[in-house]
Amino acid sequence: MTSSADITISDVSLRYGKGAKTVLALDGISLDVKPNEFAVIVGPSGCGKSSLLYLIAGLEDLTGGRITVGGQGIEGPGPDRGMVFQSYTLFPWLTVAQNVEYGPRRRGLGEAERKALVDHYLEEVGLASFRNHYPAQLSGGMKQRVAIARALANDPAVLLMDEPFGALDSQTRHTMQRLLLRVWDHSHKTVLFVTHDIEEAILLADRVFVMSGRPGQIRKVLTVDFPRPRVGDIVLDPAFIAMKREIMGLLRSEDDDH
Amino acid sequence: MSDKSAFSAALVPYRPISAGLSVTLGVLVWALVLGGWMYLANGNHVPAMFLPDPGKVLATAGKLAMDGSLWSNTIASAQVVLIGFVVSSVVAVPLGLYMGTYRAVQAALDPLVNFIRYLPVTSFVPLFILWIGIGLEERVAVIVFGTFFQQLVMIADAARSVPRDLVNAAYTLGTKRSTTVRHIVFPSTLPAVLDVLRVTVGWAWTYLVVAELVAAKSGLGYMSLKAMRGFQVDIIFLAIAMIGILGLITDQGFRLLRRVIAPWAI
Repeated sequence: MTSSADITISDVSLRYGKGAKTVLALDGISLDVKPNEFAVIVGPSGCGKSSLLYLIAGLEDLTGGRITVGGQGIEGPGPDRGMVFQSYTLFPWLTVAQNVEYGPRRRGLGEAERKALVDHYLEEVGLASFRNHYPAQLSGGMKQRVAIARALANDPAVLLMDEPFGALDSQTRHTMQRLLLRVWDHSHKTVLFVTHDIEEAILLADRVFVMSGRPGQIRKVLTVDFPRPRVGDIVLDPAFIAMKREIMGLLRSEDDDH
Repeated sequence: MSDKSAFSAALVPYRPISAGLSVTLGVLVWALVLGGWMYLANGNHVPAMFLPDPGKVLATAGKLAMDGSLWSNTIASAQVVLIGFVVSSVVAVPLGLYMGTYRAVQAALDPLVNFIRYLPVTSFVPLFILWIGIGLEERVAVIVFGTFFQQLVMIADAARSVPRDLVNAAYTLGTKRSTTVRHIVFPSTLPAVLDVLRVTVGWAWTYLVVAELVAAKSGLGYMSLKAMRGFQVDIIFLAIAMIGILGLITDQGFRLLRRVIAPWAI
């Protein structure tokens, strides 16, 4: 059984710099992610959606408002909030298996337990036969699969994903989306996923938060109730396309505002 | 592949060349240097007092190897380099890693280190002799002074260039901030640190010879200085060759060490 918590973001703002050079990156953002929910934030680049994830992860300090995960306030980073980054962040000096067991090792789990976790999650992402490879020997998609396995093996209460497929080619990106849906179906961990890819957002999400840019604000929340598992052709479904058009419209009117 | 295409491949920027051509070119340059040396030494172009014949240097090498003085001087030098280099590295590596990781350590050390780094080590030799005397400690001090600050700056640079998200990922997996240097910065920079050590050990040899030329009773630099006084130019050549060979061995040793303890870095 895996753990899963809710995320509450109330009136959060984030400012960079001082005095006249202050940049308001986030302006009074409020949103809730329910336990076991797959939530996606979609927005233009530079709208502060990634910053929001860094705030939840405790990697940056907020300048206003409050964030709780499972009722707990954020005090620095911790293993209860796993994260998959857009850049490749596997530890290059560790093998695939050692990367996956890094978190459990920090938590002081025994060797047998760690091995069971590594076996399970490498199987989940289809990389069991690459356990002794070093990250430098893997393709971009494989690296992100290991990164997902590594985050999940640590059993975080929530999983934060910052455009994890943003650097991949479109073919690999599609494969990765299907793989993530399959893996998530097995765990139903609370996920907050950030992307600028509208199709990706609808395909993955229970709910989509559409964000506007500079300063970042939530423009609209859409519930996506396509049945799961969602398979290949769903992106061609008229309802899917209608939703895509709506989000495109929201992001475009955003452009017109400026 | 015909000779012609092998030759044209060598003219393409960045194009790999065959192993055969690679070895041939390396040997060719050595042969040119040695050939030029023999030509100059044998044809009365340069007096033998200034330029000995390569054969003469080899014969001298054999003679000094037999009477043991070549080995005792080589070991004396290698010992000083080893002590100085280890003393410097043992402090510079951890301190450099902390300097690159923590802005406060950097702010504290940068102004001083960058001042000292540009002072010529040679200018401190008289001071060290005055303070420490002319024993082994003085030569060790010269080497430490010459290598430590350079190592510190280069290792701090390596630590500073660790990708921020690599450290962030480690935090989200339960790494404590207080153990970041041990768990992330150190392993991440290991290949770069080994490269810094490989480069700076060469400098350690340079400073050793400087120190030995001024104040020593043994070592390859001392051997050279004594030979100069007796016009034994073959021994000077031998001492220089010996330092070159030791440098080559150390360099290959570090390359091997890097492959063994950081096999993941290509």
